[in-house]
Parts: sequence; structure tokens; C-alpha cells
Amino acid sequence: MSQLVFIAFQDNDNARYLVEAIQEDNPEAEVQHQPAMIRIQAEKRLVINRETMEEKLGRDWDVQEMLIDVISIGGNVDEDDDHFILQWN
Amino acid sequence: MAVKNKKLNLKDKYQYLTRDMAWEPTYQKKKDIFPDEDFEGIKITDWSQWEDPFRLTMDAYWKYQAEKEKKLYAIFDAFAQNNGHQNISDARYVNALKLFLTGVSPLEYAAFQGYARVGRQFSGAGARVACQMQAIDELRHSQTQQHAMSHYNKHFNGLHDASHMHDRVWFLSVPKSFFDDARSAGPFEFLTAISFSFEYVLTNLLFVPFMSGAAYNGDMATVTFGFSAQSDEARHMTLGLEVIKFILEQHEDNVPIVQRWIDKWFWRGFRLLSLVGMMMDYMLPNKVMSWAEAWEVYYEQNGGALFKDLERYGIRPPKYQDVANDAKNHVSHQAWSTFYQYSQATNFHTWMPEEDEMKWLSEKYPETFDKYYRDRFEHWDKEQKAGRRFYNNTLPQLCQVCQIPTIFTEKDDPSMLSHRQIQHEGERYHFCSDGCCDIFKNEPEKYIQAWLPVHQIYQGNCEGADVETVVSKYYHIKLGEDNLEYLGSPDHQRWLEIKGLKPRASKPGSEQDAA
Repeated sequence: MSQLVFIAFQDNDNARYLVEAIQEDNPEAEVQHQPAMIRIQAEKRLVINRETMEEKLGRDWDVQEMLIDVISIGGNVDEDDDHFILQWN
Repeated sequence: MAVKNKKLNLKDKYQYLTRDMAWEPTYQKKKDIFPDEDFEGIKITDWSQWEDPFRLTMDAYWKYQAEKEKKLYAIFDAFAQNNGHQNISDARYVNALKLFLTGVSPLEYAAFQGYARVGRQFSGAGARVACQMQAIDELRHSQTQQHAMSHYNKHFNGLHDASHMHDRVWFLSVPKSFFDDARSAGPFEFLTAISFSFEYVLTNLLFVPFMSGAAYNGDMATVTFGFSAQSDEARHMTLGLEVIKFILEQHEDNVPIVQRWIDKWFWRGFRLLSLVGMMMDYMLPNKVMSWAEAWEVYYEQNGGALFKDLERYGIRPPKYQDVANDAKNHVSHQAWSTFYQYSQATNFHTWMPEEDEMKWLSEKYPETFDKYYRDRFEHWDKEQKAGRRFYNNTLPQLCQVCQIPTIFTEKDDPSMLSHRQIQHEGERYHFCSDGCCDIFKNEPEKYIQAWLPVHQIYQGNCEGADVETVVSKYYHIKLGEDNLEYLGSPDHQRWLEIKGLKPRASKPGSEQDAA
């Protein structure tokens, strides 16, 4: 059986960069646009890297900043200064 | 790294500001300070194993929460100043908000009380901090929801006395008793019930597709508070998953206890969500996805992945999951039928779906809608048009556990009502399902105390014996304004006036309602 992790963001300006960064680092991920929100799912694992986000934004970015725009997640969370990972074991 | 970044890294900061703020007591015994920690039989051998994956500290918490609030209230202001209520898809939509304000927002407050209480009960500092933050979040949700909907209260009926209604109205005993059950349990069961079963497994079904639906129906204020609340929920869900993993890893004796709680709270949550299913399929004029589709994505798919992950601890998917999965094609229709018949006793209006909505329902429920529900709806529609709008004047049989009228059908026979009964100490008790009956059998001494609204009316505890008196005096529902059919209601009239479809009736006192 397939085991999908997912993350959903509010469809706003911040999320645009998050989605771009996620697509770059997780080429397999599927991006779904729904009213007012963007939902991204992937098999087993999804990563958001601080470095990629900083490149996209052209400024320093704290991983915890995403708490403002995230709507929901599915998967075990592993977060530190450099990345945010969702995964099923 | 260390040179570039003088700040503490996330892990160290969390360690200093959370765990290191705690101390080992010496004046008092730990057992006396945390007396509730072991009576449920849960064995914790090492609290330091508790993981908080978000590693959120209080300073960061205030910073991000303040930012969320600023964004949220800017939108509330804009919504009110621009008469946002005039831009919703249809005034029927507001009835979903009436149900939300009386049924859901008081639960946020109950959650605040619950987390404030259990946050005091754990001897581990990590768990205490996580519960404290969640308590504050829940209070915020309750407040922001009331603020968001206060604008609608200026223009539509039924929103004027939510907390009074929550404690009394028959269908609101369903959400109320759900949370009272959790709050009167021990601290670990509360976390399993609310953090894990409700927040992690089921809350997406309430907030994600429904709020997306609010956006699709032009309700900027609601979608904003919904998603703002849900952004806290991501943290709560993570707490929920960590709680379960932590308890299971601490001792193998914990596994059967947790499994029984998961079975119980999955079933209770599933029953509670019948209300949300009906909101999505019937109360959103512009539809995003059906309840069955939402259940497939957020329970069958995401829940499936979750329970596969928990297999290694010896946890299996919840008992009666098969019944719940099958019911996704029925519950919203059965719930809406019930509310349609009992609209004389609700603070919101009901109606029969319009033809294009019936068509949508047939498409989304190809196996069930035309076969089991369409005829009944068409009949009621005909009766309404002939001036004989149907109301059911017999009070329904309630389930002793979930408190929903026994309206659901058998898994293998949708033409047969599901009903179970047992005798306990000489009294007979009734249930909607095996799921609810099992819950009773495990803790009869708890559920024999249930405050069942129908029984209370018959016992004379609700200020009168007839529906009108109970509804107006005891519930504070204004007869002829808040309740009954939507078509022709004051809300419907007002909406037609707003849309310029009919000249405004000149009745005294209505002038300042014009926005």
C-alpha cells in the first residue's frame, strides 16, 4: 500500500516560495491546488531545505517561519535549523 | 556555522528553555505533585525520551502567534468594513456557520480547559510545555471564531446565544458530550482522545475541506480563522503522534490500553463528524468535494499511512473502521434528513437541495443517493411546495453514548436502522451501533450518567413539556426567526433584499440591518 506524507499551505505569497522550494527538492511530489490552499503529497518522504528557501527568497529564512502559512501535515516530523522533514518509517 | 550564527541552535534553545526550566522536587514527593499520572495503568519509565519535533520555545511561540493574529484581525476588519457578508455565495451558507458557532467553537474552549488541566498532570516538562501552548492556542481559536462570526450576527439570525445553546440544545449535546467524556478521563486518555484520535486522525476533515469550502463560498472571514487555527493544528497533530509513540515506547503494557482508547475515540470522533459531513454535502452552496471524497483522502489514505506506521508498536487500525468507511456514502444524507425533519428545534434553517444540487449528489454518491435518498427528498420537496412542509413531532430515540438519534443504518443493509440494546443493573440502554455499545460496556458507570436531551425533556427538566416552550424558553431559539424552513425565513427575505431581488419590506426596526 502506498504511504503518502503531505503538507498543506494557505495559498498566499509566502507559500509560492515554499512550493517552489519543495518542488525543486522533491521532484516526485504532487502539487494540488484547491480553493485557498495548496496541498503537496509525496510517497514516504518530503523535505523543505532552509538553503533552497533562502535562495528562492533572497534572504535569511528561519525554518519555523513556515508555521505561519502551514495548514496541515501528515507524517512524522523531523525539524532542525536546516530542514523540515515529513516521513513515514 | 558557530561563527556565523551566534544564536543558539534550535535543539539547544529548546533544551535550555524547556527541559532545563524544570527541576526535581525535594520538599514534596513526585507522586503527591502529580497524583493523576498512574491511575490509568500507563507506565512511564523515562520522561526524558519525550520528543517535541517542532522544538518550539515560548519566545518563538509568542512571536509567531502574534504575527498570525495581526494577519487575521486585519482580514476581519476588512471583511466587516466591506460588508463581506454580502459577497457570500448564498445565505443558506450562513447556516453552516450557525452550527459551527454553537457546535464547534465551544469545543475549542473545552479543549483549552482540558489542556490547561492535563498540562498540570504530567511530571515530564516537555509534555507540560506542549500542553500549555496548546491550551493557549485553543483559547485563541474559541475567541477568533467568535470574533469572525460576530459580523454575521449583525445580519443573520440564530447566532445570538451560542454558549447557552451549547449546554442545552438537543443536537449540541453530541459535540458537548464528546468533549465532556474526554475531559473527565485521565490525562493520558485525554491526550489519546483529543491530541491523537481527534487532532491527528480526524481534524483535517473538519478544518481543511470545509474551510476550503468556505473560501469557495466567498466567506473570507471564516476561511481565514479556519486556516489560522489550523496552522496551530499542525503543531497539535505532531504532539498527538508523539504522545502515542512515546506512550507505546515506554512499556509494552501500555499497548492494549492505548489500543482500546484508539478504538473508542476513533468511533466517537467518526460519529461526531456526521455533522461535518452534512455541512459539506448540504450546507455549502458551492461545493468543493463530497464528504465521501474527503473521507477517502483524509481518513482512508492518510489514516491508512498512519496506522501502517504504528504497526511496529503492535497497534492495529481502529475497530469498526470498516463500518465507518462504508458509512461515508450514507451519513451526510441521513444526518441532513434528520435535521430537515426537526428544524422546528434548531437554531439554523434547513431546506431540500435544488435540482442541480441533487444532480451533484447523484454523481458523487452513485451507489447510494438515487437508490436510498432521492425519492424521500423529492417527496418532501413536493410536500413543501404544496404548503405541507414536513416536520417530525415525535422526539427521537437517542444513543446512550454518542447521543445522536438512532438514525444510522446497518453496514450490509442500508434499508435497516442500526439499533443495539443491553440491560445493565435492571435498566435498558439503547445504542446506534456496536461501536457505541462496546464503549458503554467498557465503562457503564460513566455512561449511565449521560444527560440525554430527549429524556430530560420527558422528565420535565427543560422548562416545559411541549416543543415550543422548550425551544423558546429553554434553548433561547427565537421561534419563526431562527428555526424552521429556509425558504421564506427572515434570513431568506433579507438575502433577497441584499441582492436586490425584492424590495425591502418596511418593517419597523429593520432599517439599521441594511448594511
